[in-house]
Amino acid sequence: MPVIQIENLSFAYEKQKVLGNINLTVKEKDFLAIIGPNGGGKSTLLKLILGINTVKQGKIRVLGKKPKESLRNIGYVPQNTNVNTDFPIKVIEVVMMGHVDGKRPLFGYGTDEVLCAMGALKQVGMADFAQTKIGSLSGGQRQRVMIARALCAHPQILILDEPTSSIDITGQRDIYELLKVLNTHMTIIVVSHDISVILEYANKAAHVNKTLSYHDISDKQSTFHTHGNKGHFCEIELLQMLGAENCNTCEEEQPQWRLKP
Amino acid sequence: MIASIIEALQFDFMQHALLAGILVSFAAGIIGSLIVVNRMVFLAGGIAHTSYGGIGLAVYLGLPIFLGASLFSVAAALFIAALTLKKRHRMDTFIGLIWAVGMAIGVIFVDLTPGYNVDLMSYLFGSILAVSTQDLYFMAGLLLVILAVVTLKYRDILAVSYDSEYAGLRGVNVRFFYTLILVLSALTVVIAIKVVGLILVIAMLTIPVYIAEKLSNSLFTMMFLSGAIATLFTLVGLWMSYTYNLTSGASIIIVSALSLGLFLLAYRGR
Repeated sequence: MPVIQIENLSFAYEKQKVLGNINLTVKEKDFLAIIGPNGGGKSTLLKLILGINTVKQGKIRVLGKKPKESLRNIGYVPQNTNVNTDFPIKVIEVVMMGHVDGKRPLFGYGTDEVLCAMGALKQVGMADFAQTKIGSLSGGQRQRVMIARALCAHPQILILDEPTSSIDITGQRDIYELLKVLNTHMTIIVVSHDISVILEYANKAAHVNKTLSYHDISDKQSTFHTHGNKGHFCEIELLQMLGAENCNTCEEEQPQWRLKP
Repeated sequence: MIASIIEALQFDFMQHALLAGILVSFAAGIIGSLIVVNRMVFLAGGIAHTSYGGIGLAVYLGLPIFLGASLFSVAAALFIAALTLKKRHRMDTFIGLIWAVGMAIGVIFVDLTPGYNVDLMSYLFGSILAVSTQDLYFMAGLLLVILAVVTLKYRDILAVSYDSEYAGLRGVNVRFFYTLILVLSALTVVIAIKVVGLILVIAMLTIPVYIAEKLSNSLFTMMFLSGAIATLFTLVGLWMSYTYNLTSGASIIIVSALSLGLFLLAYRGR
């Protein structure tokens, strides 16, 4: 059974059409990268999968159920975790927000909840910071805490929206290495702008710009034609290759910059 | 000094003032923390001024002032909650609107009341020396409700305040808790009007909180520390007011502001 099945999905905010005729199948333990231009509908697609936006046209099934019914199986790491850094809250308290409602003690948190949260923090390498105020962490550390919060509910699917947008290069690598480890036992979906980095780790890519084009990129050498140096992609080319209209002229255009994958 | 305090406490009205000061300060510290972390300071200011409409209405209809002000400010809070949950980006406009309209309604109703000249100043700047036993019951009752809500529903309130979108995804009723925080704020503003008046209430809700925020690493500590700091400021302010014959509400605010200045000077090095 596919983990996520999307059929003929269209979505519009009031009159503005954002997504049209989307079809997507995500299999278990896929590492799917969702890329595309700003305003292309990436975040909207995520919000539909998470049940924040309601599906009006088409169908989404997450683990065979409607998005809202399988929320407890999805871990979500929202975009921009740098807001509200003054908030007086300890790392462990942030992580424990990830628990889905169920049995709760009258005051505070249950021992099992604390243990579970500590386990999640250990998994992302942040156990030593459990009692630290969240505002005193670096961007990369904070992102790890947000991943721990998502892991707290033992999800089968982990969805991250621009997880590395505010982190330095080494921090980005660390996050993706962590996702690679997590990918051995859960499905991962990442929306990202860091195209060349993400493509090194992802095995599937979906380019979203109103419509969706899907690529299996597990075998990178045969998927992309590279520029001289093996493994070097130009970001613009990648976008074009993965976009809906495949570009035939990229070989002639001089790349303006190169990013190491 | 001790002798003068003991002397002052022989009067019933001073005992009431002291008790009211403690009850209200503690409530203001807790609710002020929630207001600050949720970035609703302007909103609380709006509700405070709107409640004057309730005061005017109560004077006109001959109802207890507390009742009129409470009903009116809770209605304003519900109105704002309903509006902002839908159109958050227009929130400042709506707050500005209820702020002025509420006061205007109050002034008009006082005008319409025949043969009664209500002391406007006592509502604008507080009248802690005129706290009745009934007022004390109301204050104590509200503080109990606030304490019950923030201890029993702490994690929901924390989740909604810190990251409301995520809280919603984890099954917390964001709309309910957002409205609850607003309604409790409205009621706290009403009891604080008695102590510092509706113009100064915003300082009581924010100055102790600002200090406590720097010293706390959890919302829970921040709420109770703010309560304690606010109580201290109120007691010192009351003593100043009694000793030098100054308006009590203004004295409390000046004590708070001076303390904040000193705190920031001392804290800057760390």
